[in-house]
Amino acid sequence: MPLLTVDELTVTFGGRGRKDVRAVNGVSFSVDQGQVVGLVGESGCGKSVTSLALMGLLPAKGVTLGGRAELDGTDLLKISPSKMRDLRGRDMAMIFQDPLSSLNPVVPIGVQVTEILQRHRGLKGEAARKEAAHLLDRVGIPDPDRRLKEYPHQLSGGMRQRALIAMAVACAPRLLIADEPTTALDVTIQAQILELLKELVDQEGTALLMITHDLGVVAGLCDQVNVLYAGKVVESAGRRELFAHPTHPYTHGLLGSIPRLDAPRGEPLHPIRGSINDQIAWADGCAFAPRCDRYEMECLTGTPELTEPRAAGHRARCANPVLATTEVPA
Amino acid sequence: MSLLELDGVKVHFPVKKGILFDRTVGHVYAVDGISLKVEAGQTYGLVGESGCGKTTLGRAVLRLVDVTDGSVVLDGTDVAKLPEKELRSFRRRLQMVFQDPLGSLNPRQNIESILSEGMAAHGIGANQEERREKIREILAKVGLPANSLSRYPHEFSGGQRQRIGIARALVLEPDLIICDEPVSALDVSIQAQVINLLEELQESMGLTYLVIAHDLAVVRHISDVIGVMYLGSLVEEAPSDTLYEEPLHPYTRALMSAVPVPDPEVEERRERILLHGDLPSPANPPAGCRFHTRCPWAQDRCGKERPELTDAGGGHKVACHFTREIQDGTLRPAGDTEAVVIPAQAEAPAAESEPDATASDAPESAEAPESDEAPESDEAPEADEAPEAEDAPESKDASEGK
Repeated sequence: MPLLTVDELTVTFGGRGRKDVRAVNGVSFSVDQGQVVGLVGESGCGKSVTSLALMGLLPAKGVTLGGRAELDGTDLLKISPSKMRDLRGRDMAMIFQDPLSSLNPVVPIGVQVTEILQRHRGLKGEAARKEAAHLLDRVGIPDPDRRLKEYPHQLSGGMRQRALIAMAVACAPRLLIADEPTTALDVTIQAQILELLKELVDQEGTALLMITHDLGVVAGLCDQVNVLYAGKVVESAGRRELFAHPTHPYTHGLLGSIPRLDAPRGEPLHPIRGSINDQIAWADGCAFAPRCDRYEMECLTGTPELTEPRAAGHRARCANPVLATTEVPA
Repeated sequence: MSLLELDGVKVHFPVKKGILFDRTVGHVYAVDGISLKVEAGQTYGLVGESGCGKTTLGRAVLRLVDVTDGSVVLDGTDVAKLPEKELRSFRRRLQMVFQDPLGSLNPRQNIESILSEGMAAHGIGANQEERREKIREILAKVGLPANSLSRYPHEFSGGQRQRIGIARALVLEPDLIICDEPVSALDVSIQAQVINLLEELQESMGLTYLVIAHDLAVVRHISDVIGVMYLGSLVEEAPSDTLYEEPLHPYTRALMSAVPVPDPEVEERRERILLHGDLPSPANPPAGCRFHTRCPWAQDRCGKERPELTDAGGGHKVACHFTREIQDGTLRPAGDTEAVVIPAQAEAPAAESEPDATASDAPESAEAPESDEAPESDEAPEADEAPEAEDAPESKDASEGK
């Protein structure tokens, strides 16, 4: 049985007399022990809201959750806030995008790391400090004893992200959610952090839910990839399969939009036209249809289903999928 | 003659201290001696990580910051020494497209007002009617609807706002457009639209660009010549393809190896050089070669002598004492350095195998081809191996057929 099963998750923001906004519209996926699963999409596709819903970090007011999200048999959407607080940090932990604003600026790093150890593992005083130093050392922060006394502003961006990862893995959680963990970092630092995450997954058997917009990061890290568009999974496949045969026109278009370092120069990119604002409601048809080069009248009649048009385990939500390999843009 | 020539440009920011009297206690060496040439009708790409001084250099060309030393010559006129008054009218010939499309447009001005303001200041168009005509023409070129004129920046999407920024530069018919991170704030699918637009405009209008970006893949895609910056100076400069095929400076190689490629086949096989630590502070740069503190190949000499940017043949310039030795493999990365070099693997793992190339087994696989006793200090990947790795993936080959 998978460690985390998300089934038809919906998140709706409403209230204040405005029209409800359904940010996540029936997302299903699962994460196994020791597996890296990617949620990929552009801004506004609902990938971050999904992670916040799983962590129970969305405000209680004005948000309606639907569907199921089970971590080892416990429905994360239904448990009480106090039970959630026990789970958070111990069984599941999150790494955020912006390391500076995720750390308390007026509290030394050491206190922030030991806080988790006290709360979940009951470690106190010297024992907690020692364990904190060990954790910082584990994530590759040199001179951990000195760093424990320092404040977040004294650390560089990469170092702060390492400190956040140390806090996330402090209780050896079974599920780690990383929301754009390297977006704020330089590429050479990004490479360091990705290497560290790989190492953690490999050595500790942690399951990692990787949320990112960068298909390059996905190609190097994830086992299973889910592509999101307008709050729904539009394509889901193993990493090799997805990149070799992108089947949904959106995935196809995304891959064609990325300038590649190893592509011959002078070849034009193949962008997706329009922007995310040009979409129709899923209830009326495919939300991607207004930007799609392959849309037909069929695309405007009700929500397309997730099918397996190409191979088993490779699902795409499209009435007119891209099946010929020759059409893959460079 | 080149359109733009920079010669030994330095921009130093004083660090001041004191309550009543400001004492200068040091300098931040943001740009420290850069010489480069931009040819008319071409694109020069300036790439580097945050804090390397690339944006400051771009601003220095426009003289938005004062140049401490050196000259910035555009078409025979030294911008760095131009009196304030002449500079104002001269700036028409140098325009900039900024990174943050919303932040660089006044939210209270409509598009017509934003675009005609510069034209009026520089005396382009006899009256507002003429200017409006010109603006309409440019808006069509950048792909904005004609009814944009009376709309405000918040009514547009991110990609459209960047198009407005480009239109604002174009209406003044500049000789050189400096694009500072033109696409980094945009989503992937929108990025491609803007990159294509920049290329189309260059082709149809013969524009010259100086593109500043941190994304090596973007820079390689649009530039004719690329300069790689590290801590205020150029470490390597070469035509786009040459730089990619044969990066000579250790920093360029590390930077390239860190850029993820959206293709698992390539991802698993390419060379990786993991740099340890962060960029040193430009207020207190290391002596000698600026990169020697993080360079896996660093020698004693690198800490003492600062290498000059010298031509290694074919317009490929590099600032490194040991270019040749590193290239032919006589100089190996030190075993106990803080960097790990994982060479490109000649053969792909079986396609059906578990797709997780991990840090823990990477040193092992690095050991295999060489039977070297120090797994971490494996030799720099052989030059003949890299090209192989690059055209191997079938998916890519198939894709080129389109």
